[in-house]
Parts: sequence; C-alpha cells; structure tokens
Amino acid sequence: MAGGSTTTVGHSYPRMEGRAKVTGRAEYIYNMRLPSMLHAKVHRSPISHGRILSIDTSEASAMPGVHHVITGEDVKKVLPEPYYGPAFHDQPILALDKVRHFGEPVAVVLATDPHIAETAAQRIVVDYEELPAVFDEVEALTSDVIVHEELKPAGTFADLKHLAGKRDTNIALDYHLQHGDADKAFADAEHVFEHTFRTQQTMHTPFEPMVALADVRNDHATVYSSTQGPSFVRFELARLLGWPESNVRIKTAHLGGGFGAKVYVKVEALAMALSLIAHRPVRVALTMEEQFYTITKHPSTFRIQSAVDKDGKVIGRKCEVWWNGGAYADIGPRVTQKSGFTAAGPYDIDNVAIDSYALYTNRPPAGALRGFGIPQLVWAYESHTDIIARELGIDPIAFRKQNILRNGRPQAVGTIVKDGEFEAVLDGVAERMNWNRPFDKGSGTKLRGRGVGLGFKASISPTTSSAIVSVNADGSCIVYCSTVDMGQGSDTAMAQIASEVLDIPIEKIRVVNPDTDVTPYDMSTLGSRSTFHMGHAVRLAAGDARDKLHAMAEEVGMPEGSNAPLPELFIRKFGMRAGAIVGSANYIPEFSPPNYDTGQSTNATPFWMIGATGAEVEVDTETGQLTILRLVNVCDIGTPINPIVVETQISGAAVMQLGFTLTENMVIENGQLTNPSLADYKIPGFFDMPDTMENGYIDAVQENGPFGAKGAGESGTFGVSPAIANAIDDAVGVRISEMPITAEAVFRALREKQGKPLEEN
Amino acid sequence: MAKHHVETTINGEPVEYLCETSQTLLDVLRDELGLTGSKEGCASGDCGACSVTIDGRLVCSCLVMGVEASGHKIETIEGMADGENLHPLQQKFLEQAALQCGICTPGVLVAAKSLLERNPDPTETEVRYWLAGNLCRCTGYDKIIRTVMDVAAEMRSS
Repeated sequence: MAGGSTTTVGHSYPRMEGRAKVTGRAEYIYNMRLPSMLHAKVHRSPISHGRILSIDTSEASAMPGVHHVITGEDVKKVLPEPYYGPAFHDQPILALDKVRHFGEPVAVVLATDPHIAETAAQRIVVDYEELPAVFDEVEALTSDVIVHEELKPAGTFADLKHLAGKRDTNIALDYHLQHGDADKAFADAEHVFEHTFRTQQTMHTPFEPMVALADVRNDHATVYSSTQGPSFVRFELARLLGWPESNVRIKTAHLGGGFGAKVYVKVEALAMALSLIAHRPVRVALTMEEQFYTITKHPSTFRIQSAVDKDGKVIGRKCEVWWNGGAYADIGPRVTQKSGFTAAGPYDIDNVAIDSYALYTNRPPAGALRGFGIPQLVWAYESHTDIIARELGIDPIAFRKQNILRNGRPQAVGTIVKDGEFEAVLDGVAERMNWNRPFDKGSGTKLRGRGVGLGFKASISPTTSSAIVSVNADGSCIVYCSTVDMGQGSDTAMAQIASEVLDIPIEKIRVVNPDTDVTPYDMSTLGSRSTFHMGHAVRLAAGDARDKLHAMAEEVGMPEGSNAPLPELFIRKFGMRAGAIVGSANYIPEFSPPNYDTGQSTNATPFWMIGATGAEVEVDTETGQLTILRLVNVCDIGTPINPIVVETQISGAAVMQLGFTLTENMVIENGQLTNPSLADYKIPGFFDMPDTMENGYIDAVQENGPFGAKGAGESGTFGVSPAIANAIDDAVGVRISEMPITAEAVFRALREKQGKPLEEN
Repeated sequence: MAKHHVETTINGEPVEYLCETSQTLLDVLRDELGLTGSKEGCASGDCGACSVTIDGRLVCSCLVMGVEASGHKIETIEGMADGENLHPLQQKFLEQAALQCGICTPGVLVAAKSLLERNPDPTETEVRYWLAGNLCRCTGYDKIIRTVMDVAAEMRSS
C-alpha cells in the first residue's frame, strides 16, 4: 500500500500549517479578541466539599472597571437547568448550593481589563458549611460521604439508564464482563497470583490553556473555542439553551494541544451563559493553574489475579478496577466501560471476569487523557504479567509470547481479533533491544535492568464522521470536516487522502478549520479515531466528488482516460471558470453492542491499537535515582498516512507517559492541591529524556482502514510505565506498584528489601 | 495611574507603545502590538513558550515588564524569517516534523537560534542544556534535539 500504488498517502509531508507555526503566525483561539469583549475571571472553591451558605459580591462589584459579578443563581435565572455533561447532567455551570471539589467555579467577575477582573474575583467572599470529603476511589465505594445526592444520567448511553434517580451511592457506572468460567479456572490452577496496582492523578497541561469566547445575541450564539469536539459542544449548548443546533455556532482554530483535556464541554457553557447575561462577548481563558481544577486523568486501583497451569499458560484472570472520576462524571463512565473490557491484557485467556467501577469523589473531575484509561490498565496487567514470568522462572518475553492474543482468536469481550499484530509488535521491541544477547547488568551501586510492556486498546465505537469535499473550477479542492488539528497533523492527513482519491496535488488542497455552520458533524477528535473514521469519510466524500467529475466528463464528451485537466472540464460544462463539484459522505463502522450481563460482543471495535515499550534503566542503589538509558517504542498503526508525523506522535505519546510514570503527580494535602503549576508539577523536559530513544512501527495493514491505516495517537503511551517498573525489578529486585516511580519510592523499596524500611512521612 | 510611554526596537524596527505598570513584555507584545507569535503557556516563566531575546540575551517575556524594554533591542519569532525565506531552523523543523501543536515552537526556535549564534558546534548535551528552559508537551523532544544538531551541522558547512 504505502509508497507503492499510492502517490500521496503513505509519503511523508510537512504539516500544512507548519509554516504558519514556525513563523508564529498560526491561528489559535487564545489569540482572539472580539469588539467590546469582557474578560471573565473565576472565583473558585477553596474547599473540597461543602454547602454554600452565602456569597458576598459587594466589594467585587464596587471595584471600578467591574461590569458584572455573576453566581450560579444568576445563571439559573437565564438557564433553568444549568447542568451539563456527556454521561451525566451533573456539572453546574457555576456551583449551586454545594461545592464538590477544590477549585470548583463558584462565581465570575466580568471586566474590560483582565487584571481588574482577577483582583475583583479575589474579593468575593463565600461562606461555606464544610462537609467531610472522600478522595480515594476504593473508600468512595463504601464511604458515608456521598458526592451527588441523586444520579442524573444524560440519557445518551444505554448502559447508564438504570442509574437514573439512584441515591446514596458514589458509583457512576458498574461494568461487568464474563468470558468463560473464571472461578473454575482458579480452582483448576497450578499457580495463583494476586497483586494490586495504583495510579495517581495527573493532568494534560495543554500549552494553549482552555479558552472560549462567546457572543450570544437574541436567538443566535457563536462560541469560539479551543475544543476537540465542536459538534458535541454545539449539541450541549443548544440543549442548555433550548435552541435548535442551527442557532449555535462553534468555531475552532488550530489547538495548542488537547490530549483529551478539550473534549466535551469545558469552559464553553460558562462563556455562553456569561455572554447571555452580559449581552456582550465574553472571553473565558483559563490559566495553567486553573486547568488542574478542570479536568484530569483518573487515579485508579486495580486488583488483578491470574490462574496459571503447570505449563505456564494463563487459564484465568480476574480484574477489579476502581476509577476515581472526581466530582463530576465527564466521560469517566465510558473510560470505565471502554477501557474496562481490555483489563485482562493482550493475552489469549479462556476464562476472564472483569468488574470495573466509576466512582465519584471530591477531587477535580477526571476524563479522557491520551489512552482513555488504557495506560492505567497496562501498568497493572503488564507489571503483574512480569511478576508471574519471573516467579515461574520463564523469560518475560517468552512468557508473553506463550500467552499472547493472535489474529483469529476471541478477545475477552468475545470479538475475534483481526489485524491485531500483538506478537510482531512485541518482537519489534525485543529485536531493537537485542533481547537475546547478553545484557550488562552493571556493578557496585549502579545496577542495570531491562523490561518490556505490551498494551492495546479498542477504538471507541460506534461513532460517526461526516465530510464534504468540494472541487473548485480551477482544479483546486477544499475539504470540510470537523476533525480538529491539535498538533497531530490531521489536516495534512485528510488533505493527503483527498489528494490521493482525486489525483489533485496536495498543494492545491485546503482543509477548513472546524466551524459547525460550515463543516459537518463529527463525533469528536479523540481516542485516535480521526484517521480511521474521518479518513474514511473524506475518502468516501472525495470518491463521491470524483464520480461526479467522471459523470460530468462523460456529459461534456470528454471520454474516460482523456486526461484533460480539470479546469477545462469545468469550462466545457459551465462555459467559463465557474461552478463546484461537491462530494459528501457519512461514515460509521459496523458494531454490535455488548450484552449488559456478560459484556460480550461479536464486534466491539473496528480496529485494535497496539503499542509496546522496552526500557533499559540504571538504578543508583544508594539513592534510588533512576536513569532511563534507552526507551524503545513500537506500535501497530496499520499503514501510516504520513510516516514522519506518525513518528513524532509515537515519540510524544511515550514521553508524555514517561512523565506520568516518573514525576507527574497532583499532590493533595489537607484537601488542597499543593502543586498546580509547571514549576511544581513536573512534566518531562529536555533533560528528562532517555539517553537514547527509538520510535517505530511494524509493517502492517488494517484491512478495513482507509489505505490500510488506523489510529496512532495513543499507542505510544501503552507500554511505558510497566516497562520501566519491570526494568527496575530486573535491575535491583524490587517491585514498585504505585505511580509515580520516584527516586524516593525506589529507595524505600530498596530499604524495605534490605529489612531496613524507612519511616513513613 | 498614567500609562508609561516606551520606545524600543522590535525585530529591527523602532516601536513606541503605552503600557500599564502591571503589563509584562509578553502582554505588550501580544495584546498591544499584535505580535502573537510569542505564546503564553504558563505566564510564570516555567514553559519558555514566550522566549524572546533582549539585546541578544534569551529571556521569558512573561517575566520581563513592558516598561523594561525601553531602549533595548527585542527579537521575537516574527523577526526570525527573512521575508519569505525561512531561517534554516524553521525550515528544518518543518521538514523533520519537529513540531506538533506549535505553541512551544516559537520559543524553542528563538532559543535554538540564540544557542547557535553563541555556539555553532554544540554537543547533544549542550543542546539539551540550552533548551532545558523550553517545555514541549507534544513531540517528545527527540526530533527537536536531532533537528537542532542537524541545522548546526548544515550551517557550519555552508
């Protein structure tokens, strides 16, 4: 496919907007200003759980330059049901009656000068009756602290409907999967293993912080937002307003990163409500700090058990996963279910039982973050798998290969795997690491080890993408789609696909920034779904346009194969350079919904994403200090549309996960977040890079994908965390079961092993 | 309070502006002068997306006050290309896909240019050291490092 019969697809192209980006001229919503616009600054809750007794806005209102001070009650006057969310209508635009997490928006100041708005916001005085809070996902299961008095499912997801009206629970979704007979497998097993792993709360930190400008007039609202999902934002704002979707317009530009932080509604509902009240355009621009209070990655606890027979075959696996969703569900219940069904790992296990729970707590909300729960699961199942291999005295790669899932076999969800190159990906890592050659284990106080991790993900399904492709009379072409380019290079990939189908040079193709008045529906830019879903929609729309061009050629007497240039064809048809040929398409993959009781589905996903990492580490046994000597990331991404951009995607995904593995941690003490800044919340920098890093993909074809491609944005994250933990175990014989893996954590584990444990802090 | 009148030079051109005492150089560049190439990632000097040079010295413009620019020479990303001709760093970043979302890119380019002007033959460690004040959330850094090394070699040989 790639590079062979294709002329554009499969070849490396510089990103279309690249020149604008390297010259500082790219368009971002953060750069936007509107005439007579007001700046909004949010007053946030300092406590994690409490009743709002009173809000005193008098001092803030009296400040010169302040136009409005707005509370939840003011919002309620213009929007009677001001609650939003994709899974539950549980999140108020501004707090009403209660606050449920620290940093929750309580009131807003509007001013012409953002500095005045900020100072005034600090002068709002709120009196709370503080309530006990729950922060831990396992405690939330049985806690007396109830985050929401009553559950309010949004009605969009069938598996949440039974939760409507439920009281006295923090469980926002319970998901169960039964495959074979796990209990019997454990009864028959030669060896049984059980471990528990935990992950911490982290944040996406997109470098263009969330921002929305709303301009609401009479019966029409325009919202400019740095959003990954303009179609959903339109749907949700129209619902809140009670207006048709045609009266709500959402526009985006290039996004300064997203990583899942900017899916669904984030600041758009607030901006819309403020503009509705103020009758002026309003800009809500969060700071880096405020992003930590807005959306995060789920902390998790995962208890995993395996039943293994005498030959080292895993015959049964039981998984219990608790997801800490924070105070508002956002898309957490979907993480619980969609990730949940892969919790047993990329292995061919006949008997699997999975129980996965979404929990409300009093932390900031958790939602989608690059991998949608998968990295938390891989961390656990690949650490667990490695421990089993070591305890049975089997080489970790040989043990994995013995149990690995192969094409033609059913995954635990009951779907037969197709185009899932698990073994080739694992082999790809092993080869690059020279796994079968001797390895220098170091000496003295500097000991070395190596480890691998292999993970996978199903695509979110079923979801729809729509596209329009318009061919101009001069033979150039415009692609209209609502896929948002947030750095992943989707505009370039879509242009390549249109170019390939229409045989129009890519230089003559333009991809329009999403604008819901112009670009048709797309579910959202998330979950590595765009290349596959929108790629198909653009391919089909371009094909539709091509067919119409062929028909037109026939009509004007230009036979097939005449190779007449497109402009000539338009002139023949329209008598001059005029007209446009428009193709369009909707794409939705085939899907079978899972059975509620067993979780089984014959077709749960259109494709599988696979990623593996190998790590070589050096541990300083005197300090616990860890050096990543080498990181090898290999993925099955099908056949890439734009190879050079895909390589950067894999690299970026792996290094992001490296941060989550080693340093990133939202530290909460006494109900307060102590480190909401890039100074104290440590994301990887140039100096945290592994000494050497290799990123690659295997030769593969996704048969049902556009030009053999499938999603690639998340696969690089999957194996990183367990590969490092497994390498540490290989180096110094200690097992870290909780992220982040800090030097302190390693040092504590070393002292524990020596029988000289350190005291807790 | 009255605004301050500042005369300075930006990308080789004389510029005058009025600014509040509280405005940073980044605020002035973005909000008063429309030079939005310098980015506000964190506004606390941690990310480097707002990097500019003042009299050749690399700084975070969010940590410099607008009034401090008076009488100095400021260089921003907007001054890096020569008309339509991209600087070799800009060109190579494009070709080698050493950028993604583009928010950190202007700051990284300004910093890398500043490095190569001082040290045309940096080691990989020196590149990492010099760029350590610039954070990137998208690329994983690997291609940035290799691209800067490649450009240094290219510029030396030309």
